Amino acid sequence: MTQQGVRWTADQVLALAPDTASRKAGSKLGAAGPWSEAGSSDEGTVWGLCKGSGSKPYQTVIDIADAAGPAYKCSCPSRKFPCKHALGLLLLWAGGEGAVPPGPTPDWAEQWIAGRRQRAQEKRTADTAGSAAGSGDPEAARRRAERRAVRITAGATELEQRLTDLLRGGLAGAEQAGYGMWEETAARMVDAQAPGLAARVRELGAIPSSGPGWPVRLLEECALIHLLDQGWLRRERLPDGLASTVRSRIGLPASADGPAIRDRWLVLAQYDTADARLTTRRIWLLGTDSGRTALLLSYGAAGHAPELALPVGLELEAEVSAYPGTGQMRAALGEQFAPPAPTSTRPPGVTTEQAAARYGEALRDDPWLDSVPVTLDRVIPAPDGDSWQLVDAEGDSALPLTASARSRPGLWRLVALSGGAPVKVFGECGHRGFTPLTAWPEGAGEAVLLC
Amino acid sequence: MDKISAPAPDAWEELVTSALLGTARRTPPGVAPGPEAPAALLDAAAVETVRRRAGLRPPRAAQRPQPAPEDTRPPLPAAAARRLAMLLADRPGTGGGGRRGTAPDLMELLPQWLATANARRYAAPPQLLPALLDAARGRTDLRPAALAFAGSRATWLARLNPDWRFALRATPGGGTALPSPQDTAGVRRLWEEGLFAERVALLSAIRAREPAAARELLATTWATERAEDRLMFLDSLRTGLGADDEPFLEQALADRSRNVRATAAELLSALPGSALAARMAVRAGACVAVDHTQDRPTIAVEAPHECDSGMERDGVVAKAPSGRGERSWWFGQLVEAAPLGVWPGRLGGRTPEEIVALPVADDWRNELHAAWCRAAVRQRDALWARALLGTPAAPEAGGPGAVSLAERARLLSTLGSAERAEWVAAFIATHGLSEAFQLLGVCGVPWAAPLGRAVVDALNIARDAGSYPWSFSGVMGLAERCLDPAEAGRLEGLMAVPDEGEDASPGAGGYWAEAFQRLVTTLRLRAVMAEELGLT
Repeated sequence: MTQQGVRWTADQVLALAPDTASRKAGSKLGAAGPWSEAGSSDEGTVWGLCKGSGSKPYQTVIDIADAAGPAYKCSCPSRKFPCKHALGLLLLWAGGEGAVPPGPTPDWAEQWIAGRRQRAQEKRTADTAGSAAGSGDPEAARRRAERRAVRITAGATELEQRLTDLLRGGLAGAEQAGYGMWEETAARMVDAQAPGLAARVRELGAIPSSGPGWPVRLLEECALIHLLDQGWLRRERLPDGLASTVRSRIGLPASADGPAIRDRWLVLAQYDTADARLTTRRIWLLGTDSGRTALLLSYGAAGHAPELALPVGLELEAEVSAYPGTGQMRAALGEQFAPPAPTSTRPPGVTTEQAAARYGEALRDDPWLDSVPVTLDRVIPAPDGDSWQLVDAEGDSALPLTASARSRPGLWRLVALSGGAPVKVFGECGHRGFTPLTAWPEGAGEAVLLC
Repeated sequence: MDKISAPAPDAWEELVTSALLGTARRTPPGVAPGPEAPAALLDAAAVETVRRRAGLRPPRAAQRPQPAPEDTRPPLPAAAARRLAMLLADRPGTGGGGRRGTAPDLMELLPQWLATANARRYAAPPQLLPALLDAARGRTDLRPAALAFAGSRATWLARLNPDWRFALRATPGGGTALPSPQDTAGVRRLWEEGLFAERVALLSAIRAREPAAARELLATTWATERAEDRLMFLDSLRTGLGADDEPFLEQALADRSRNVRATAAELLSALPGSALAARMAVRAGACVAVDHTQDRPTIAVEAPHECDSGMERDGVVAKAPSGRGERSWWFGQLVEAAPLGVWPGRLGGRTPEEIVALPVADDWRNELHAAWCRAAVRQRDALWARALLGTPAAPEAGGPGAVSLAERARLLSTLGSAERAEWVAAFIATHGLSEAFQLLGVCGVPWAAPLGRAVVDALNIARDAGSYPWSFSGVMGLAERCLDPAEAGRLEGLMAVPDEGEDASPGAGGYWAEAFQRLVTTLRLRAVMAEELGLT
């Protein structure tokens, strides 16, 4: 297939930007102006010279044929990745035929592409050789895992003690104790090598100041931590799948060793969340044949975009392997058979009743689950006091939006798209409500990003 | 409390109460007090939490919003929709700032984009309405075009978001549709019962199609309207003004309100055949004559000695602003309101050019010429406008002559766009760009070829003269928006950094190259934008 046939949309290109400033700078460069000698090849290479502030124009090359998302090379000194020149060039390419005419690849671009292809080839050979040899000493690895399990057990026991003390004295006391107590306990859990427990404990600290109804939320979260502690302490007696879920919730590393599922995966949503140290990118995929949902996670250092980028509205034919554990949707992207290409396929949807039921059923496999990915069919965003609902077009039930979704600009894009008419909405449905991530209009039209 | 409602059984309430107080004080039913009580409470709470979450049911729907009216305009082409998203993403204050570099100023292209999209009657993509409304919120000059493009769905959205309330104010009657002109009863009802904004919109709409019908509608209630409303309604007769309107306007000259009288007089004086114009012609004519006693014929001015009640009734304001002599004040108003056609007959059969060229005695020249300028603009008299503008290459045209730059810009607007562009082009060729900004503002977009060439040549000359480009940033910005995109090719040669001349300002060459690059980039972008919107 030729790369030129299926161009990305500007939105899809801009989704690759590491931050808003790059997005803005990139859109400015996405005009025919500063570019010269821009061109593209059928093998999926796009190149161009961009006139910057210096005397020598920057050389920008992009390999869009790479199935793991585009690869970039630019002679500019920017440390952003992709830099504004790469984004601008991609926008130019996305914009239409004229700007990047097909032509012979110039030498400077050809060198880089050839180097890349060769390295990729070498890596593939090395991988097959490496997996045969195995890694490290299995005996040593087993001993390390045992030592860690002992630490976690000690941590879980200590945490149980703290929860017991809290419940004996009463949650009312937690309001005065504030963050400090929970921060210290979270640090103990980090020491115990149980990052999953540490994260949950840290979140407890914020609940007493989270407004009316906090005792209910605090009790719920304490009870779920207690459940996780107990799950760990009795993991030998749990069924294998559930035990894996507990290990994953505790924060133990696992590898995606589920069977590889080959499918045409539709990218439903991609969004980043950032804390002080880490940018986490979540990408929701839907297998168009298998109907399975998969979550790809990738990480970047704070302020940097994670490397994996799959803009919404693309479809990729690839293998995806699940991580272990019941009710776990996380998966790893395996071999890809074709580069991602735009598609007009939309996910099938359900009613609000069915969406709520789906979350309930998912809790059977993973009681710690906050939400499940769901596509709602024919719902109308409707204001409800200060809040918003997604109302079934036929029927009289509705899902409330989560508090965080209410304050995002995406809400207004959703409302505007709907105009009081039914729309299809993909998002996360859980006990806090529904978080819309992507929407499709009733008639023809591209997916609209809401996150 | 969770937003999704679930049956809240007593068991859970009991658990929460006990947890809040502590098991040392109270245990829920079924849990024995003692050291095991906290763990038992947590066990029960865990079961209850998962049970409650699993049993969540969607609550009943609140009231659904009224669907937005359907937009029947054809959808925007996909490429144009992407372009709009990009233009809207370039909001001021979203990072960057400082020197503009070579990248085009996208926000400045938005008005042009909107004008083209509106001319082609495209519908706005709904998902871009929030960004469009946000942009219009920050820039009032964008509002009319942005709201016209955004259409009825924007008004629908604005009712849901207080940030966009301006969209409701800007749309007359909050977006209620006006009755069609054939719907006589509907027109009548809205005219008699509608809000002021609705009535103004109704009157303007009818006036645009059937001037006489609008006047008759206004006449039905004229006597009962409040003075400030009468003023606004009268003002809407400016559109489609014709000789038929004279009786009505003549009657308004006797209005109780001075402002209404003044507006009626102004409108009448724009009708050269009206009785008021004839009266003014007599009055003004009495003040101006050719004096043949001098060496060469000279215009002599004898300003009126009083402002009588007849003059006042015809809209002459008796009280002069402070600092102006009242006789010259009255004189200016008489000449301004007199039909220009009377002067050749009054001044010895001379053409307007010859009249303007005549010397004027006793320093009355500025007063007289300024009044003729106002008259030419009001009566849209191209012949007189041309005479008063003079030759653009004349040496005094560059300086502050009898006719100021602002007056020239207004005079130019009475000429056809080709003639306007030609005049400004010749002006720039002689006088350069420093005085041209205001004149360029009245030229049609895109600039006609001779004008575009004159501006580019003048910029080139300014560069060679060694000045910095930011001395011309106003004209540069205009050129980016107004130059015909087809000119981009001719500008290529200017994008290179020139060798620095001896008397050039240090580094100016690089800045000029950058400014020209931005100009070319913007022109190319505009060409692409126009193409995306279906213009070729």
